Amino acid sequence: MSASQSLSKPMTLVTEGDRHVVITRRFAAPPELVWRAHTEAAIVQKWILGPDGWTMPVCISEARPGGKIRYEWSNGQGGGFSLTGEFISLTPFSRIEHVERMHLPATMPDNHIVTTFAPDGGGTLMTMRMELPNEEARTAMLASGMDKGMEISYARLEKMIQARTI
Amino acid sequence: MTPNLDTAFAALADPTRRALLARLAREEATVMELAQPFAMSQPAISRHLKVLEQAGLIQRRVEGTKRPCRLAPEGVAAVDQWLDMLRQALTRNYERLDQVLAGMTSEIPKRKSP
Repeated sequence: MSASQSLSKPMTLVTEGDRHVVITRRFAAPPELVWRAHTEAAIVQKWILGPDGWTMPVCISEARPGGKIRYEWSNGQGGGFSLTGEFISLTPFSRIEHVERMHLPATMPDNHIVTTFAPDGGGTLMTMRMELPNEEARTAMLASGMDKGMEISYARLEKMIQARTI
Repeated sequence: MTPNLDTAFAALADPTRRALLARLAREEATVMELAQPFAMSQPAISRHLKVLEQAGLIQRRVEGTKRPCRLAPEGVAAVDQWLDMLRQALTRNYERLDQVLAGMTSEIPKRKSP
């Protein structure tokens, strides 16, 4: 196992109370790089893609307070959806506070997210704490695909359910 | 009945219904037994059970005048599978980020050199 593999750890995703979802993940790179990968459009475009086969042809990320966020995904076959948001505050290279919402195309409730990047050995521990307006909104977010690119998985799952293969 | 994820997640969005499911995960129970720990009338519990049944998360059978409830494995499995896929897609994103970061790390010495 290489050093970079041993430093990155499996993601955890847990609900907290009625309105929160908390995701943690360790990365084998210093906080500065992980922070840049979350704020620089050219880097974001390379990895926030969901299932294989999806791309992000449009990525706007104005990393300053009040700056706009706009991600648009495509499956290359006419399918797509988007996310818009605004940065609230940024502390390089340790904290990002922003709000985002998915458009599927129906607009989902606002998701208020605080992401922190803490030095962890030679790497970074990222903690992403999401706050939804209420429990129903949190459930809707989890159910409709919090992650970008989940619509296609949903369709796949529906087919599996129809075919009774699960 | 075929589980429908939208109705299943809508059903799960209520804390009382989740508590009812947790109770049913232990064993089959009647409405009366289910109502006991809650400060709620039996009709109110029955309404929650109806939502869970329509979402495909529980099944009921007839036993004399009683209609005991139990978890519907198919509905619960569909929800489990969905959450698992959500985790997998996020995991895939972060694996891609690992690769991107590995590339960025190797670029740093180049940027520092004249």
